[in-house]
Amino acid sequence: MNVVAVPGEMKDHKVLVYALSTCVWCKRTKEFLKDRKVHYEYVDVDLASPEDRKRIEDDLRRLNCYSYPAVLIDDRRLIVGFKLDDLKEALELR
Amino acid sequence: MNPEESFLKDLLEGLKKNEERYGYPSCPCRLASGNFEFDKDIICPCDYRDPDVEEFGTCYCGLYVRKDVFEGKVPPVSIPERRPQEKQMRAYAMPEETPSSVPSSTAGITAKPVKSELKLWYCKQCGYVVFREEPPYICPICKAKREFFAEIRIGTHTLG
Repeated sequence: MNVVAVPGEMKDHKVLVYALSTCVWCKRTKEFLKDRKVHYEYVDVDLASPEDRKRIEDDLRRLNCYSYPAVLIDDRRLIVGFKLDDLKEALELR
Repeated sequence: MNPEESFLKDLLEGLKKNEERYGYPSCPCRLASGNFEFDKDIICPCDYRDPDVEEFGTCYCGLYVRKDVFEGKVPPVSIPERRPQEKQMRAYAMPEETPSSVPSSTAGITAKPVKSELKLWYCKQCGYVVFREEPPYICPICKAKREFFAEIRIGTHTLG
């Protein structure tokens, strides 16, 4: 699947961001993670190929989440929206 | 509109991109289906803008803001999604499917767009007419408050 990896020093947690290429809150989330040197991956759902879309849709259906940005941490915690405090807490950042 | 220049610029670019690829300026922070009937409620300005701006200070994507947010007294924040989930899920039908062929296994997604009760409202101050579920919080023409709006009901009478 076309997931983009953004390298970073902080690899304590597995971070996957479901985003939209046109969404400013998604952009801010990606910038925040990059700024804090968090290693993360993201997928712009609106740009995904039909095959990838099917796979993404299955993921989202399982997570019961259809809003963006959706940050999946360690495959178990989902943070929806640009929530700095929640992100900092989940990723153990100051 | 959002007072922060870079924020506004990014939003407008997102809207422009959506207009180019879908044919209408669908909300940049929501996934559109590409089907006008399914996306009507999230074409900018979306149906959720007014209650969101009133309650949270900004609309969902942050384009429209309340006066105090505009004046910098309150920062714009990411807000919860007000759009009903069954409408959100409509964007997730397979691209090649038409509305009538959405499989029944996808629970919660109806082939027909959900019909909400749209009414005709008119502003008693200036006569502006709008077709929506609820009257606007403020008349876009004369700035009269919501209380100035009355419903237009169309009835039929037989004469003679």
